[in-house]
Amino acid sequence: MPETLVKKSTSKKKAKSTKAKSKYSKATYLKWYEIMLRVRKFEEKALFAYSKQLIRGFCHVYIGQEAIAAALTTAITADDKLVTAYRQHGVALARGLDSKSCMAELFGKSTGCVKGKGGSMHFFSKEHNYFGGNGIVGAQIPIGTGIALAEQYRGTKHLAVTMFGDGAARQGALYESFNMAMTWKLPVLYIVENNGYAMGTSVERTSNVHDLYKIGSSFDMPSEQIDGMSPEAVHEGIERAAKHIRSGKGPYFLEIKTYRYKGHSVSDPAKYRSKEELQSYLDIDPIVITEEKMLNDKIATQKDIDKIKANIKAEIDEAFEFASNSPFPLGSELYDDNYVQEDYPFIMD
Amino acid sequence: MSRIINLREALREALQEEMRRDEDVFLMGEEVALYNGAYKVSKGMLDEFGAKRVIDTPIAELGFAGIGVGAAMNGLRPVVEFMTWNFAVLAFDQIVNNAAKTLSQSAGQYKCPIVFRGPSGSAGQLAQQHSQTFESWLANCPGLKVISCIDPADAKGLLKSAIRDDDPICMMESEALYGLKGEVPEGEYLVPIGKAAIRKEGTDVTLVSFNKMIEVTKKAAIELEKEGISAEVIDLRTIRPLDHETLVTSLKKTNRMVVIDESWPFAGVSAEIAYEMQKYAFDYLDAPVTRVNAADTSLGYAPTLVEEYLPNPSKVIKAVKEVLYVGS
Ligand SMILES: Cc1ncc(C[n+]2csc(CCOP(=O)(O)OP(=O)(O)O)c2C)c(N)n1
Ligand SMILES: [Mg+2]
Repeated sequence: MPETLVKKSTSKKKAKSTKAKSKYSKATYLKWYEIMLRVRKFEEKALFAYSKQLIRGFCHVYIGQEAIAAALTTAITADDKLVTAYRQHGVALARGLDSKSCMAELFGKSTGCVKGKGGSMHFFSKEHNYFGGNGIVGAQIPIGTGIALAEQYRGTKHLAVTMFGDGAARQGALYESFNMAMTWKLPVLYIVENNGYAMGTSVERTSNVHDLYKIGSSFDMPSEQIDGMSPEAVHEGIERAAKHIRSGKGPYFLEIKTYRYKGHSVSDPAKYRSKEELQSYLDIDPIVITEEKMLNDKIATQKDIDKIKANIKAEIDEAFEFASNSPFPLGSELYDDNYVQEDYPFIMD
Repeated sequence: MSRIINLREALREALQEEMRRDEDVFLMGEEVALYNGAYKVSKGMLDEFGAKRVIDTPIAELGFAGIGVGAAMNGLRPVVEFMTWNFAVLAFDQIVNNAAKTLSQSAGQYKCPIVFRGPSGSAGQLAQQHSQTFESWLANCPGLKVISCIDPADAKGLLKSAIRDDDPICMMESEALYGLKGEVPEGEYLVPIGKAAIRKEGTDVTLVSFNKMIEVTKKAAIELEKEGISAEVIDLRTIRPLDHETLVTSLKKTNRMVVIDESWPFAGVSAEIAYEMQKYAFDYLDAPVTRVNAADTSLGYAPTLVEEYLPNPSKVIKAVKEVLYVGS
């Protein structure tokens, strides 16, 4: 159970917070804090908008997993490529997509990052090297591997960060991809965000192997398990992996142990888990812990933190307004972007 | 005697009755057991039949579909649930290359009595990957039978027939209409595979549809009636084999036909029906068979796109007026 790791990480954090000097700069901590808060507040606003039926369809929020978003802003570069699944709002924001275009996308508006065509599951941004949120569980694992192949082919030093959930780790596509990536030494960083559940199914119920990082070992892929509730730990894990991959040694696999506080999507009451289990993660909430650490260790002042809080609040309110006031795409835009060929002859009867 | 229940309950009854009747029948899929089904079709079934017969799988469509095929070849009668048919695309290898071909490859020695089932079609603003229909895809493949029906009574009878059938069957349901209520007879009954149902008799035009588009079609027929146009409404229920006879008989009466089909137009169910009608009832046609399909595009998320994409009653009425050569 995740509990073991969590207990370990809590005590680790307590030990750390008594240290006089932190390993990371004030700027880094503030950056982590800011992105985590942005994701949290963005998601809370999205849930509110959903309750008002301004957002429809599926909506899978990232609340609880923000430490991973934080580390993605510091442990990889803007030139690295990234692909993930449908639980992606936080990852997209970490890549640098702005809250306005993301919120507008959730609303299905033409000002959204994919012009209202993707909704919650499918943000994309070429500008941010963000290859999208994929709605087919596991589909992005070979795709990320192929993105890596293109980087290797062109001789760059960029990574293809390929993220997926614990549920996706049981798809055959993972095993095929891992094998080829390892054989061809592709520059791909596989990250499984193990939040304990795939919809209502716990990791323990899907396999004999509960520690997902062990999957890498049958391919001799360097693999490790890290604490996903701590931005420091995630940052360090990704940095280590990135260094390995950039040195040309091929893929790396990180199992990041995290938790989603909400149900799978808005319609899931999450009855398959206990209140105590949820509470044990709320107790080590990455945003609360980071805030406390910054204050306790005098990394930042209350003023610094309040300023970020105020900025984020204004930003998310603005994103909400922007999304609300933007127009829907025209129905005729259905015919845009199905083919690159501009005069493609659609069947129109 | 009958009572009003919804589609998900009707399907559940079919599964329960067949599992009580035959020990070899079991249900397998994502979230079917402990979670009681992603759309609650299998609610309570784990409690009744236990984990041996109501099996939760990991997210591994190719694997568990193939496991179903192997079990069927070896004498069991699996019902494999796909959370939606969009995800069954991962399993097409096993459905198309194995379930459909085992009998032929083994020269009749190994049959594959399996039912693959789940919802097909759009269900609101779910965007490109979650909004597709698969009747046309699978009906293209010899060796498979394809049923697609949302009427609770008929869906129940069809599913029971499918489970007893010795051939592999793909059944398409509707995520959006699991709650659809209908009168369902008490007690044991079957609905034959391969027979369409006439939902409303009429004389001026034949409207052919299936799955949730039948609701759109019925609404259009009511509107048309108000304008003095009498539409006959046929619910295909089975896509493959197509009930050729019912279609031709109706067309011979009305001389005009519109097919309302959520599949994409190219090589879709509507295209096959139009072909058959011109081939077998050419002399009876007073107008070309026409059709109302989903748009020839991927479906984006925004409500405006969904509206543009899907057939709706006004599009059907427009098509009917076209084949009747009346102005709208
Ligand atoms: C191939 C496929 N099968 C099933 C689904 C339905 N589905 C959507 S999300 C999900 C659970 C995935 O869980 P996990 O990979 O752990 O990601 P998380 O939701 O926890 O982020 C399932 C079964 C799907 N989208 N694609
Ligand atoms: Mg998960």
